[in-house]
Amino acid sequence: MSAATPGLSVRAANVLRDVLARPSGAVGLTLVALHLVIALVSPWIVPFDYKAMNAAMTLAGPSDLHWLGTDHLGRDVLSRVLLGGREALVVTGIATPVAMLWGGLLGVFLGLRGGWTDEILMRLVDAFLALPGILPLLVLITVFGSGGAVLMPTLAFFFGIPVIRVARAAAHEVVARDFISAARARGHRPFDIVRREIMPNVTDTLLVEGAMRWSWMLLGFSALSFLGFGVAPPRPDWGLMVSDARVYMSLAPWGVIAPVIALSTLIIGINLTADALAKTLGLDQGRKAVV
Amino acid sequence: MAGPPLIDIRKLCIGFRGRAGTMLPVLHEIDLTVCRGQSLGLVGESGSGKSTLALAAMGYLKHGLQKLSGEVIHDGADIFARSASELEKIRGGRLGLIPQNSGQALTPTLRIGQQIHEALHLHCALPEGEHEARAIDLLAQVRLPDPQAILRRYPHELSGGQQQRVAIAMALAGEPDALLLDEPTTGLDVTTQAHILELLRDLAAARNMATVYVSHDLGVIARVCDRVQVLYGGETMLTGPTAEVLRDPAHPYARGLLASIPRLSDRTLPRALEGRPPPPGQRRRGCAFAARCGLATETCHAERPPMIAGAGAQNTRCFYPDRVAGMDAGGGGAVPGHGASDGPAALRLADVAVRYDRPGLLARLRRVPRNPATVEGISLHLRRGETLGMVGESGSGKSTILKTIAGLMSPAEGRIALGDGSLLNATVEQRRPDQLRRIQMVFQNPDDSLNPRQTVAEILSQPLRLYFGLRGKALQGRSVELLETVRLGAHYLDRRPGQLSGGEKQRVAVARAFAAGPEIVLCDEITSALDVSVQAAVLELLNDLKGLHGTAFIFVSHDLTIVRALSDRVAVLYQGRLCEIGPTAAVYGAPSHPYTEVLLNAVLEPDPEHTPRLLTEDAADLSPPARGCPFQRRCPVKCGRICEVDAPPWQETGDGHAIRCHIPLADLPRRIAG
Repeated sequence: MSAATPGLSVRAANVLRDVLARPSGAVGLTLVALHLVIALVSPWIVPFDYKAMNAAMTLAGPSDLHWLGTDHLGRDVLSRVLLGGREALVVTGIATPVAMLWGGLLGVFLGLRGGWTDEILMRLVDAFLALPGILPLLVLITVFGSGGAVLMPTLAFFFGIPVIRVARAAAHEVVARDFISAARARGHRPFDIVRREIMPNVTDTLLVEGAMRWSWMLLGFSALSFLGFGVAPPRPDWGLMVSDARVYMSLAPWGVIAPVIALSTLIIGINLTADALAKTLGLDQGRKAVV
Repeated sequence: MAGPPLIDIRKLCIGFRGRAGTMLPVLHEIDLTVCRGQSLGLVGESGSGKSTLALAAMGYLKHGLQKLSGEVIHDGADIFARSASELEKIRGGRLGLIPQNSGQALTPTLRIGQQIHEALHLHCALPEGEHEARAIDLLAQVRLPDPQAILRRYPHELSGGQQQRVAIAMALAGEPDALLLDEPTTGLDVTTQAHILELLRDLAAARNMATVYVSHDLGVIARVCDRVQVLYGGETMLTGPTAEVLRDPAHPYARGLLASIPRLSDRTLPRALEGRPPPPGQRRRGCAFAARCGLATETCHAERPPMIAGAGAQNTRCFYPDRVAGMDAGGGGAVPGHGASDGPAALRLADVAVRYDRPGLLARLRRVPRNPATVEGISLHLRRGETLGMVGESGSGKSTILKTIAGLMSPAEGRIALGDGSLLNATVEQRRPDQLRRIQMVFQNPDDSLNPRQTVAEILSQPLRLYFGLRGKALQGRSVELLETVRLGAHYLDRRPGQLSGGEKQRVAVARAFAAGPEIVLCDEITSALDVSVQAAVLELLNDLKGLHGTAFIFVSHDLTIVRALSDRVAVLYQGRLCEIGPTAAVYGAPSHPYTEVLLNAVLEPDPEHTPRLLTEDAADLSPPARGCPFQRRCPVKCGRICEVDAPPWQETGDGHAIRCHIPLADLPRRIAG
C-alpha cells in the first residue's frame, strides 16, 4: 500500500492541473473556492452584525453604508449574504460525503452480489425515487424537528439513495471483468473485493456524482430553509432570506437578488467543476484522447 | 497485365498533434500501389500503423489524425482533395471496406435484409424493386445457405462466420473494384477462417478486384496475397512477392516475425522477437527497428536506411540485406519440455456436465424436456506436472470447463476431485481456502484480468497475503522473486498495467497465478489477445515453468499449433463433448477423429506451398443435438442413421489414446482421405 500513496497524490495533482486547464474547470473551481473562503472568513469581515436591526432604515436601497441595502427589519443584506452560506455549506459538506459513502458502498455491493437481495433493494430504491424528493424530507423534519442535527442525517440518507443506483451501474461494468473473476476464484471475501478491486475503479464516477449531489443537496437545503424547515431565524441563510424578502420584492429587489446570486454562483461553480472533472477523468466518452 | 494502379499512395505521412503541440508522425512516407486483380497484404504488429494506412486509402482518418504530406490517388485524383459527397459515393461503392469485427459492424436491431437494402439503396443503380433479388444473389455469392431466411434474421442469430459473410456481401453491394479488409478473419475459428479466405480469394478472382488485406497473421497473408508489405513503426520495411518474403525475407524484422509463428510442421517452440515496437508517433533517428535488430550497427542507429533492392524482387529498408539470410534460421526455438506422463493424478473430472439454461417453475411443472447440456460427459484426469491441451472451436465448452474447475460456475452433474481424493465443492464460496490455493487460473485477456488501478506490487500481494499472510519485507521479497520467475525485474513493482506491454501484462498475470504456489494452473486462451511476436515469449515462459514445482497445466486454445507445441496430452472438444483424447503425438497423427482431422486440415501456415483442405462446412446448427454423435451435422464421413441415434463409443488405440466415433479405427484414415 505504501507504494501506492505517492502515486495517488501525483494523480490527484495531475487531475487538478487538467481540471484547471479547462475553462469550465477554472471558472468553476474559482467560484467554489471563493465561496469557501468567504464562508471561512465572513464572521470577521462583515460590516454589520447580522442580527442588528435598524427600525429607521428598513428596506433601504444600496448605499455607501449598506452596499446591498437593508431588509424589512433594517438588517444589512451584504452581511447576511456573506454569512448566509455557512450553515448550508457545513451541513451539506458533511452530509454529501456520508451520502456518497453509504450509497456508494451499498450500490457497489449490490452490483457485485446480484440476485434476490439486489432485486428487492433496487425496487425499494425505485419506489423512493418515484416520490417527489422533498416530500419524505418534510415528513421526517416535521416528526423530528429541524436544525442541523436532524437535517444532516436526513439529507445524507435521502441524497444517498440515488447514489446507490449510480454506484451499482458503475460496479456492473467492473464486475463483468476478469479481474473480479480472478479475485473470486482466489477466494477473497466480498468486502475485500469491493474495497480492493471495485472501489478504485468506480471512485472517478462517484467523485463526479458526488459533486453533482452536493449541488443538488445545497438546493434542497435552501428549499427547506425557504419553506421554514431549515435554518431557524434570526440566523442568516440564503433560502430563508429569499423567503423573507420576496414579499417586499417590488420595494427592495436586492433582498431577493443578492442571496439568489450567491446560491446560484455556488451551484454553477460546482456544476462546472464536476463537468471539467468528468472530462478530465475520461468519463465523458465523447472526447477521448487520440492515441 | 495489371494495368494502371487502382490505388496509388505516394509518400503519405499521417500524424497527430502531441501534448507539446508538435506533430508526431504515425505513418511516415508510405508508398503503396495495387492494381486490378492484385492482392496486397499489409503486415505488422499492433501499433505499426497498418489499420491507419488501410483507412487512409479510403480517405478516412480517425479523430485527431491529420494528413501531413503525400497523396492517395484513386481513380486519377487525390482522394483527400475530393468533396464530402464524392467521398460518400466512393466509400462503400467503388472502395469497399470489411472491418475487423463484423459482428459489431452490423446494426444489432436491424434485420440483415434491411442492412443490405441500405447498402444497395446507396450504391446500386438497380431500381428499388430488384433489390430483394439482388440481396439474395449477393448472399448466395458469399455462400450462405438459404439466403432468403438469412434476410429476415438479426445479426445475433448468425454465427461469427456468417456475420463476416454478410459484411462481405454488403461490401459487394456497391460493385467495388477495390476491397480493403482489416483483419478479416481475426477472432474466427480455424475452419471458419479457412472458408472465408477461400471465399475472398474466389470472389476477388471472379470480379477482378484489387484487395488489400491488413493482418498480423502471416498465415492468412500467405494464403491470399500476391504481394506483402511489412510495416514497422509507421514505415514500410519490406515489400515483395509473398512467396519470396515467406521463404527468404530480406529484412531482419520480417525474419523475426516469421520465426515467432508456431507451425504444425515444427516440433520446436517458436522464437520470440525480443523488445517491443516503438509507440506511435515516437521521434527517432536511424532505423525504426534498430533497437530490436540483431544486425544493428552504429550506422543503423544514426541514419535512416533507404529502400533498396533485396533478394529476388524484394525491396527492403535495411543497410545489410545480404546479411539477413545469414542470421540463424527461423524456427529452432526451445524444444518443448515434457512433464511426467505416468505420475499420480492432480485432478479428476468424472462425468461433469454444465448447463446454462435454468428451467422456470412452469417448465418444470409441465415437464418440458430440457435442452441438451452445454457441456456433458467430461471425464478426464490430469497428472502431476503434466500439460493437458484442450482444443476446439468457439462454443466447444473449453472455457466453461475451466471455469467449472475453478469454481466460477457450478456443474449440473458430475464430480471434480483433487489428486489427494478430496472432492471439490461446486462453487468458490463452498471450497476450502487450501483447495482454492491449489487451483489457479490465467485469463485470456490481461487487459481484463489485471485491475488497471492497482500496481504490479498490489496485484501480486493479493494472493500472497490471502494464502500466506505475507506482510512488509517478506511480501516485497516474494513479489520480486515471482517477477524474476516470469523474467521481469523488481522495477516493475510500481507500475500499473497501463504502463506495460501486452506480453508483460500477461507475464504479470502468470506470476500472480504462481504466487499461490498452485498444483494446477488453468490457462484460458492466454496468448490469443497477444501479437505473434509476443505470444512466442509467453509460450517460452510457460515451457520453462512446466518443469517447475511439478505444477500441472490445462492449456485451452483454439490454435492447434500452440497446443501441439506445449501439451503432453490433448483433448479435442466439440460442442461440449469430448471427441478425442490422448498423447499429443497420437492425437495429431493418424488415426484421428473426423473433427480433429477437419481442424488440422484447416490450419493455415506461413508457407506459400501450404494449402488448407476444407473437409466440411464451417457452420452448422449451434446447439448440440439431443441424440447421437455431437459432430453428426458437419461430419464429412458420417456413416448414416447410427450417427444420429446412438452416442458413439470410445475406441482405444492404446497408450491412453481414445477416439469417440462409430467408424472402426482401422477404417478412419482411409475414409477421411477418400
